Amino acid sequence: MKPFRLFSFLFAAWPVFAHAALNVFACEPEWGALATELGGDAVKVYTATTAMQDPHHIEARPSLIAQMRRANLAVCTGAELEIGWLPVLLQQSGNAAIQPGQPGYFEAARQVALLEKPMVLDRAQGDIHAAGNPHVQTDPRNIARVAQALAARMAELDPARAALYRARLAGFNTRWNAAIARWQAEAAPLRGMPIAVQHLGFPYLENWLGLKQVAVLEPKPGVAPSVGQLADVAARLKATPARAVIRAAYQDPRPSEWLAAHAGIPAIALPFTVGGSARAGDLFGLFDDTVDQLLRAAR
Amino acid sequence: MLRPALLAAALAAAFPAHADDQADLAALRAEVQAMKTGYEARIQALEARLAKAEAAAAAPSAAPAASAAPVEAASSAPANPGAFNPAISLILQGGYANLKDIPARQIAGFLTNDAASTPARGFSVDDSELVLASNIDPYFRGYFNATLNDGSVGVEEAWFQTIALGHGLTVKGGRFRSGIGYQNEQHPHAWDFATNNLMYQTLFGEGYGNDGLQLRWVAPTDLFTELGAEIGRGAQFPGTDRNRNGAGSYALYGHIGGDVGESNSWRGGVSYLSTRADARTGTLTDSNGTLVDTAFSGDSRTWMADFVWKWAPLGNPTVRNFKFAAELFRREESGGLSCSGGLLCTGSAGAYQATQYGGYAQAAYQFMPRWRVGYRYDVLDPGSREYGLNDTALPRTDYRPTRHSLMVDYSPSEFSRLRLQVTQDRANVGQDENQWYLRYIYSLGTHGAHTF
Ligand SMILES: [Zn+2]
Repeated sequence: MKPFRLFSFLFAAWPVFAHAALNVFACEPEWGALATELGGDAVKVYTATTAMQDPHHIEARPSLIAQMRRANLAVCTGAELEIGWLPVLLQQSGNAAIQPGQPGYFEAARQVALLEKPMVLDRAQGDIHAAGNPHVQTDPRNIARVAQALAARMAELDPARAALYRARLAGFNTRWNAAIARWQAEAAPLRGMPIAVQHLGFPYLENWLGLKQVAVLEPKPGVAPSVGQLADVAARLKATPARAVIRAAYQDPRPSEWLAAHAGIPAIALPFTVGGSARAGDLFGLFDDTVDQLLRAAR
Repeated sequence: MLRPALLAAALAAAFPAHADDQADLAALRAEVQAMKTGYEARIQALEARLAKAEAAAAAPSAAPAASAAPVEAASSAPANPGAFNPAISLILQGGYANLKDIPARQIAGFLTNDAASTPARGFSVDDSELVLASNIDPYFRGYFNATLNDGSVGVEEAWFQTIALGHGLTVKGGRFRSGIGYQNEQHPHAWDFATNNLMYQTLFGEGYGNDGLQLRWVAPTDLFTELGAEIGRGAQFPGTDRNRNGAGSYALYGHIGGDVGESNSWRGGVSYLSTRADARTGTLTDSNGTLVDTAFSGDSRTWMADFVWKWAPLGNPTVRNFKFAAELFRREESGGLSCSGGLLCTGSAGAYQATQYGGYAQAAYQFMPRWRVGYRYDVLDPGSREYGLNDTALPRTDYRPTRHSLMVDYSPSEFSRLRLQVTQDRANVGQDENQWYLRYIYSLGTHGAHTF
């Protein structure tokens, strides 16, 4: 065995000696922010989408393929949220490490219990998610569960910094649990508050804060409501009034605003994810803003 | 040669190698593994001690928040029981066309693929497309696309593709649409217009497919950069099946792409296709105005340039979006051409040399959810043609075929689309007409993700 060959092989193949940052490809901003919380400077996070984009409908742009090509870890929601674009990125990237089934492929929805699993799979029901509702990030307790699993995965992929990920997870948990306790105390008046939603995007938030969803604007998931359908919703709200109509920041404001004007209730654009409002600059700001906006509507 | 070397390297990475000199490498790997295991054990021991110390420090808050809601079991398995089965989708398409009764439509000055179907007048059903796709195992993906119509089944694509090569490399093998150009990999249901553009119709009939191998490489750069090389049977127009070993055609292409701000993205590229034809049949008009049969044998080389630009406000295309696409080509064909039929052509063979050009530019704008309008301009330049001995029998027109198309489409959901198109067709001298098309496109079952 030639010593030079052995040495050069070691240099190329030994992860303990490789100090390059872990390249994280985050499908949605909340997972990008979480990876940054857990990895700090040890990770290089690329967030594929913004809070102003509909994560169901993203163009499989060349820039995304180029970023996926270099990723060591892809952190996505899963549960078919990205079914219209993520497969193209995975197939065209030529990156073996982030293919489903590999340690470099991480699905947040696998770490939590999904709500709204459909009983019947029929396209006449609209663009439904067969695995259950994928919008898990609106409950901070889900974020905590995903953090646990994600830190473990990062440690597995980058064993040289396993201790760092564990330490940062512990620090995050401390701050996060304190924040959850605070949000829950603040949000106590929201329990039982009736709301209307534009898209079925908030079941986890409703479950967490005890909000009561009394109307949905989209006649079927992913199908924009017509004025006639909005009028029907407004009529139904006369019998069961809602305190506010809620949408995600990326959604077309017109249906919510039409209903708000006709039902005399405030229309709220919740940030939905990191970057969805000026205050939602990180995961903590995301829930600070969400809880505050709901409290303002409840007053 | 770079190409075979790259291919060999890719194949060597895809399949376990058994060559003798691999033994040396295996021994080296084992040695490294042993050292690595030793070090890892020691590092893990240190990490465990560190973690213990940390846990002691952070004990009160290390677990997820204790909260009122019961902790639910995580969803460990995919909920879809059919997840292991191939994704199946069926495309239904058809419609109505209002066209003049022109028995043999020609594109002035070009030797085209006569097998390319001209749209039927009145009501008709286009080919239904059946698509099956799935990961085969952790190493390969499979895809099958068949077109079905009265008494005929066509295998449009049937290929495997590697998923575990890494390093940005993928190898595809079987029958596939070539990666050249922009529109080439799209099947008709993915087009933005009811009819094919004049460039692709002239160059290939519909699109260029091949039985062969494709090697693609994506560079590890911020700017999207992909290079592709293909070898294949070359049986499709502009080549012909030639009953021989080896490759009948090859193609090379490169694409780059990226974003400009949050709202704009683009991709551009160049492609080259080289193939050979042996007695490829075609039709031309002779000096008497009679249609004559031609047979071309020789080399066909095509260069293409493509550019796509997409806009969506803040990258969110759901309400409004805009797409622009343009492609250009230059084709050189040289060899011999014989013509027969009519009074002037009596099986006479002559030298043939042609350099021809063309392209299209199109734009589609979604101005509100579900509704889009689009415009396409097609133009061809017959360029220079030499018929050798047949020069007197075959006139050379300088007529430039053009088409203007306007379309509006309505998509009740992403699984259904209805389209109205009007086309001013000037593909041939004295063949001017206004064409009307109504089209429906429905996709049943799994809807595959869209490429850019
Ligand atoms: Zn959804």
